[in-house]
Amino acid sequence: MTTPSVAVDRPGQWAYDGWAMMIRHLQRLRSAPSLIVLTLAAPILMLLLFGYVFGGAMALPDGADYRAYLVPGLFVSIAANGMMTGMITAAYDAQRGVMDRFRSLPVSRSAVPLGQALSEVFVAAVAMVPMVLAGLAVGWRIRGGAASALGALGLVLLFRFAAGWIGQYLGLLLGNEEAAGQLSSLIFALTLISNTYVPPTSMPGWLRTVAEWNPISAVVAACRDLTGNALPQPGAAWPVAHPVAGALVWSLVLLAVFVPLAVRRFARSGR
Amino acid sequence: MLRAMTTYAVLSEGLEKHFGKVHALRGLDLAVPEGTVCGLLGRNGAGKTTAVRVLTTLSPPDAGTARVAGHDVRTEPHAVRAGISVTGQHTGVDGDLTGRQNLRLFARLHRLRGASGRARADGMLERFGLGEAADRPTRTYSGGMRRRLDLAACMLSRPRVLFLDEPTTGLDPVSRDGIWTAVRELADSGTTVLLTTQYLEEADRLAHEVVLVDEGRATVRGTPAQLKAEIGSYAEVVVEHERALTAAADVLTALTGSAVVVDAERRTAGAVATDPTLTLPLVVRELDAARVPLIDATLRRPTLDEAFLRLTNPAEETAA
Repeated sequence: MTTPSVAVDRPGQWAYDGWAMMIRHLQRLRSAPSLIVLTLAAPILMLLLFGYVFGGAMALPDGADYRAYLVPGLFVSIAANGMMTGMITAAYDAQRGVMDRFRSLPVSRSAVPLGQALSEVFVAAVAMVPMVLAGLAVGWRIRGGAASALGALGLVLLFRFAAGWIGQYLGLLLGNEEAAGQLSSLIFALTLISNTYVPPTSMPGWLRTVAEWNPISAVVAACRDLTGNALPQPGAAWPVAHPVAGALVWSLVLLAVFVPLAVRRFARSGR
Repeated sequence: MLRAMTTYAVLSEGLEKHFGKVHALRGLDLAVPEGTVCGLLGRNGAGKTTAVRVLTTLSPPDAGTARVAGHDVRTEPHAVRAGISVTGQHTGVDGDLTGRQNLRLFARLHRLRGASGRARADGMLERFGLGEAADRPTRTYSGGMRRRLDLAACMLSRPRVLFLDEPTTGLDPVSRDGIWTAVRELADSGTTVLLTTQYLEEADRLAHEVVLVDEGRATVRGTPAQLKAEIGSYAEVVVEHERALTAAADVLTALTGSAVVVDAERRTAGAVATDPTLTLPLVVRELDAARVPLIDATLRRPTLDEAFLRLTNPAEETAA
């Protein structure tokens, strides 16, 4: 036998560990093909449902096209779905012995949740491809520059990253899959109380305030803005009135809160 | 390496751990010399698993100290983790990944990078007889295969101390023998092993030193030979009717000198015998002379429960 390997923590070690964990999460997806199909198909189903079933009854200010309005909202709903997958995966993992092995390894406490969050970003990036194509097919267009459009994509992926951490914290808190599954439907309601599907200007005053302060709204507004599909929204709350800054600030605030919460919860669970 | 005195791979003093009102550990002292195999023997709920979790930094102790692989579990958990591997009662591999994917993942996490890490992972699969099943999801593995993969994952990093929590519970005899062989090979190569078990036989076959754990404390310790001598054998007789039990118990007390356990319903009387000259014919002759209507008589190795009764609290035995 050769000399024992010595685990020395170099700077950036946690990133490498997170990367190794991300590969684990992605390899696991292969054994759950139905989950992949669902992840890719669900936003397109929502596009058909809202764009064509409800779409005809939607009247936007200035007669703007509803489907072009809807598509950027669905980009962000892909990002927000990271909350559900993060939550269900973390709850599933929490019940299994392999987590004890991870915790007994000389790796950073953040490696497992970081790997999961990174895999969420990867999955969202893949899911954006059919969604963008479907959006173009129903009449949505990129009316700004390519740089702005890439900026919108960056914001979507950043938000998915944050959503992955939120979901994992909730999943570790719940600790079992059934409860996580039930909470998922509540999380879907979060996307409804935002500007994803309808302009908050049509809501009662108090609900409009809630919807506009919903972090999802800032990211949706930024996507519309950066792809040149913005609608005038007089008197909107700050995150929606300054959507790019609002989306960045919201994502970073959520990360600042939920990364430490999730890492601590992960390190302490199972005691 | 120069050794002036015994180096301990695991050294704990007064470890305590409670969960709410349940005291899982009540002052556990352990000293496992480097390169030896220590067996923690105890019944369900004795505190064995909690001991492993505390010593492997998975659960912080409420009181007491523990040094594992040269570092304090409380203040230097990361350094402890670098020197140990642990496999729990519940398998520590990912059921959704294949055997190969599992080992390559653990290799990466152990800083065994690139081609050499992959080669080491593949080598371990062959060594533990999992080469053919390497590319199947591990949830399709049998219990024995999963435990072997678990051990392979443990050995990737060449740990100084290996913790095995009930490594053969629930396995069939053939798989169990496979695990025992693997553990013995690891021990021969110099790895310190701390294993927990409910089976006297397992502790006997694998451990240099056995520690009996009861209610969160180490109650008795010794080599398997010492313990066996102390435990002795167990004489049990079945009589025709309940009335004969008193006479049978008197004979057994006279023969063994230890307290007799009487079960009126099964019409049995039994006692631990430490005298090696006591033989079954002698027991039968004495009972016959006392006109005890005998149906069956045995002299056998005691079960774990009987051994505990003998070793931990002989005073509390009742000859009801």
